[in-house]
Amino acid sequence: MMMSKIVRTISNISVLLVFIFGLYLVMHGHVTPGGGFQGGAVLASGAAMIIVAFGSYNVQKRLKEHHLSILESSGGLIFIGLAFGGLATIFFYNFLVGSPIFGHIPPSGPNPGDVWTGGVIPLMNIAVGLKVLAGLSAIVLVMALASSGIEVEE
Amino acid sequence: MRKTAAAISLGIVIAFLVAAAFLIHPFGYPPSAMDDYMIQNAQSETGTNNVVASVVFDYRGYDTLGEATILFTAVTGVVMLFRARKKGEK
Repeated sequence: MMMSKIVRTISNISVLLVFIFGLYLVMHGHVTPGGGFQGGAVLASGAAMIIVAFGSYNVQKRLKEHHLSILESSGGLIFIGLAFGGLATIFFYNFLVGSPIFGHIPPSGPNPGDVWTGGVIPLMNIAVGLKVLAGLSAIVLVMALASSGIEVEE
Repeated sequence: MRKTAAAISLGIVIAFLVAAAFLIHPFGYPPSAMDDYMIQNAQSETGTNNVVASVVFDYRGYDTLGEATILFTAVTGVVMLFRARKKGEK
């Protein structure tokens, strides 16, 4: 069921701001407060807004549930793979500190902050953000489809 | 017999709880050197300004792995509950 044109227009505009804020939270999770879980929840709230405004029937033509499930599983696999990457020292060892990828080391104490730091932590933030976004969006989409009585063939 | 065993085990649990309430560290006192170590070394070891992120994703990575597993299980359960049935399936 689609909502009125006012709601659709407003959510079309504001979903961009929601997605930008969520991506900011995910990408700066190792510098400022935030992180993968919080940013992924913000992104999933944007997806929930689109589903509520445009109706689950119109959304599921473009956004299938099994695609979201694949995204969620790949996020989890990236997270575990990064954890296994440090297995030469110990599980969950941060093996990218000092390397060319996210390898800057900030001075201890207060400093202006640098996005290109953190080693494996920003990549884990991205993986967890992908996982939370896909998982919560899949929950909202499946519940909306079930409550509107649409039968989707598997 | 069972009531006696239950009473004895309950008494042991209550004794541990009371002892824990009286033997706890005073408020604000660092109970171990762990938090001081993280505050001192998190920036040089993991390269993150956000010490909370370094704890969540590096020092306590197992905990985050468990959280991700919980989310995965929840999503699996919800999708399994609300999935569309095939024709002829009850």
